[in-house]
Amino acid sequence: MTDDQPAPRAEARITLRLNGEPTRVTFAAYKTLLEVLREDLGLPGTKHGCELGECGACAVLIDGQPVLSCLVLGVECDGRAVTTVEGLTRDGRLDALQEAFADLGGAQCGYCTPGILLTARALLDRVGTPTREQIREALSGNLCRCTGYQQIFEAVEAAIQGAPESGNVVNRRIRIVSDGKRGGDRLRADGASASAAEARRDPDRAEARAPGALKNVEARHE
Amino acid sequence: MSADVKAGHAIGVAMKRKEDPRFVQGKGHYVDDFSFPGMLFMALVRSPYPHATIKSIDISAAMKVPGVKAVITGKDLEAAGLGWLPTFHGLDKQMVLAIGKVLFQYQEVAAVFAESREAAADGAEQVQVDYDPLPVVADPFASKTDTVLLRPDREQKTNHIYHWEVGDRDRTDQTLAKSAKRVKQRIWFQRCHPAPLEPCGCVAFFDTMGRLQFYVTSQAPHVYRTALSLVTGIPEDRIHVISPDIGGGFGNKVPVYPGYVCAVVGALKLGHPVKWIETRTENLTSTGFARDYHMDVELGATADGKLTAVKVATTADHGAFDCAADPTKYPAGMFGICTGSYDVPVAHAEVDAYFTNKAPGGIAYRCSFRVTEASYAIERTMDVLADELGIDAVELRRKNFVKKEQFPYASALGFTYDSGDYEKTLQKALDTIGYQALLKEQQEKRARGELMGIGFSTFTEVVGAGPSKHFDILGIKMFDSAEIRIHPTGAGIVRAGTKSQGQGHETTWAQIVAEELGLDPQQIMVEEGDTDTAPYGLGTYASRSTPVAGAAIAMAARRIREKARKIAAHLLEVGEADVEWVDYRFQVKGVPAKTVTMKEVAFAAYTNMAQNEPGLEATFYYDPPNMTFPNGTYVAVVDVDRETGEVKVRRFLAVDDCGTIINPMIVEGQVHGGLTEGFAIAFMQEIQYDADGNNLNTNFTDYLVPTAQEAPHWETAQTVTPSPHHPIGAKGVGESPNVGSPAAFVNAVVDALSPLGVRHLEMPVTREKVWRAIREAEAGKGKAART
Repeated sequence: MTDDQPAPRAEARITLRLNGEPTRVTFAAYKTLLEVLREDLGLPGTKHGCELGECGACAVLIDGQPVLSCLVLGVECDGRAVTTVEGLTRDGRLDALQEAFADLGGAQCGYCTPGILLTARALLDRVGTPTREQIREALSGNLCRCTGYQQIFEAVEAAIQGAPESGNVVNRRIRIVSDGKRGGDRLRADGASASAAEARRDPDRAEARAPGALKNVEARHE
Repeated sequence: MSADVKAGHAIGVAMKRKEDPRFVQGKGHYVDDFSFPGMLFMALVRSPYPHATIKSIDISAAMKVPGVKAVITGKDLEAAGLGWLPTFHGLDKQMVLAIGKVLFQYQEVAAVFAESREAAADGAEQVQVDYDPLPVVADPFASKTDTVLLRPDREQKTNHIYHWEVGDRDRTDQTLAKSAKRVKQRIWFQRCHPAPLEPCGCVAFFDTMGRLQFYVTSQAPHVYRTALSLVTGIPEDRIHVISPDIGGGFGNKVPVYPGYVCAVVGALKLGHPVKWIETRTENLTSTGFARDYHMDVELGATADGKLTAVKVATTADHGAFDCAADPTKYPAGMFGICTGSYDVPVAHAEVDAYFTNKAPGGIAYRCSFRVTEASYAIERTMDVLADELGIDAVELRRKNFVKKEQFPYASALGFTYDSGDYEKTLQKALDTIGYQALLKEQQEKRARGELMGIGFSTFTEVVGAGPSKHFDILGIKMFDSAEIRIHPTGAGIVRAGTKSQGQGHETTWAQIVAEELGLDPQQIMVEEGDTDTAPYGLGTYASRSTPVAGAAIAMAARRIREKARKIAAHLLEVGEADVEWVDYRFQVKGVPAKTVTMKEVAFAAYTNMAQNEPGLEATFYYDPPNMTFPNGTYVAVVDVDRETGEVKVRRFLAVDDCGTIINPMIVEGQVHGGLTEGFAIAFMQEIQYDADGNNLNTNFTDYLVPTAQEAPHWETAQTVTPSPHHPIGAKGVGESPNVGSPAAFVNAVVDALSPLGVRHLEMPVTREKVWRAIREAEAGKGKAART
């Protein structure tokens, strides 16, 4: 083998359980799982952010454990169970985390969202009712440049309690009332009473809803 | 229409984001998610040297790599007349691929096109470039001496790029000389990088009609179309720019990068689609950096702390090419906002920019053009002045605020501040954070030798460029536009020349239309980022989307409402003058029972329009009469570990006045995100170069982004003084937290260390810098360092 004549590229063939489905795939043997997912399996939901294992955008679950798919070779996944963001939705129903992220502003540009959802799913499956500190630690390998993480933490905490009754709930706003302490946290739909309470706490925040619009806010949250 | 949504009533509601159903399912479509048959991949050969002559480039080995289709170099492009790109403000040009020499490490030298990503990368490895290293200028102050001329291609045989100034230099100097108190502080706002999580990239191909289809990570797709046409000579009607979902931008995705031009050339030359996606290292080392301003800030004041004059002289490091994305006539952007929230009688600001052997850029990292630098300069130096005067930093600010009754306020440096109530915002912050209790706690801690700091920033920014008489990019005036079509069923589509990168435009634009027209926001589709369908717009950056495009949307909706009024009159069987718009529907004046909804009017516009022109649509190009001036009071509370230098941000409160709030959940998210970026800049981020011009921050291990562990907990609140000239009173909010927060963080740390005699620390305020400051102070050097 010389510079002029690189070796022919070996192909690999593996069988894995991909999002619950037995799947067989053939790919160039040097490829990372990230590349196999995106290029050979047609699942673009897993994102490339740094190719160096620093950003977490490519996180997926292997046998339920979060891993960075840019640091795993495809050939290592033979016989394993791989879950990507595409596998979070089951029978057309969103995962509680997906619902909560949409309810609470957990996604902004959406690029880190798949990796964070999967990492959070693994945490909830493992710990059940994690504290804010446990959530911080679990997500510390997933960079987000948009949200500052706070609405993500709130969304993960909301998902602990289960999804809001599903479907196309419009404008439902769930807030963690007592901030920080687990166990004492109550979730509430930010309906009429919540808006009124918020207005009392912070008149300018209420004012922010714009003249003429505020009086109608409450009516919109059922 | 969902049962629980009434028509109208859409502004001020924390409506769920319409983009999230796809984002939470991983169904966003980003540039790298597009593939086309026969697509080739491009890799760039980059220079390992910061400054070197290129003696030769040998592509023969690269061409032998299986799968490699072509290699192009600067010479090839120059022969085709594509050697140089104009930069956005027209003051400079940039090499597409190096011609004759390289001017910064990681500069683009050759482009390799191949059948796979791997083959392109292998090919790039095999391009043999023979360099002859030249002396390196890694410092703008060394650049000033012109010992090494970096850009012989320019007419001016000097490293000086431009001098810009505003204000009255002589009167400012005279006033400073006469002032009872005077402080001067050298402040460096370090070189940072916006580092969006999605790197930059594109896919280019020519379709069967010979039209360029260009998918690209762009915050300003229409400007790209025009720029590509100007650079390549391809008629603008034959260019279709598509910015699909964008994984964060923060200013990094405003400039047109060399890789984009190479991909277009490759697609043209090879007749195949070409995809180019940056690596993280390429993103951090070659695309638009931000800041890098060395500022000498001088404040004059009376003995009791009334400001008499502000003077700022800046040396700017622009790197190898002046690719700052500032408006043409404003090479230093809106730096004139450096008098901040204060009533300053006289001021002067000047910026001198220099070339160095560093990556080009000077873009605005989540800020309106150079507003963050200006805001940091004044807010940091106000604390230095408070220290000099021996008065509370809050009282100094309060004493000098532009008063509520002074708006509209003409600043000494030429802006007309539209609105604000700084005193109210400050007071709200003091009450919310419990300032008196914190002061008491600090006093007790100081008595015990503990280091606790409280830092304030009471900033004003200037966004929403801009009035077209002042602002343009490449000559194109900085208006924005919207087109709205209402369908027969009362659903509709809005198209705008903006491009969301996470800001939630699909939701907020729909809310504006719904509010103005009394329609269901769930049935208002928003489309951006497609130059074939959207009216011309200047794009999303500098917090200009809501101030400019948001206004265009409201005005287009009002045009529709005026047409709808005619049809409503027909339906209500009265004259047009007898129809009024009340509570989101048309009503016969004085007869509340006789009403018709916009939905009914929409149907009639296609089925029963009488003598009126059929259809219900409008386009509006909005040229703002003024900028908007979002402002706020931010408070940081920190504890500093005396032994280790570790800074813990215990509390942070942001009270923002961004005018009318369209979607509180989105605004809150914008504020959290911007604060986290401000935190990163204050404590973690710097693109460092060594004296030899080597970039030391080429990945996320060396260029730090806050993780979920570091990000502080954010407290937020608002005051609302609507912008008087904006149709719905909105001012923009995306950038306030990044503009306002660095000073609050640094002021808090300096406040913590002030008992030791520390008066200033340069960002990023790392643990090591804090530790050294404490050690030096304790060794008795602190007093000397105060001057």
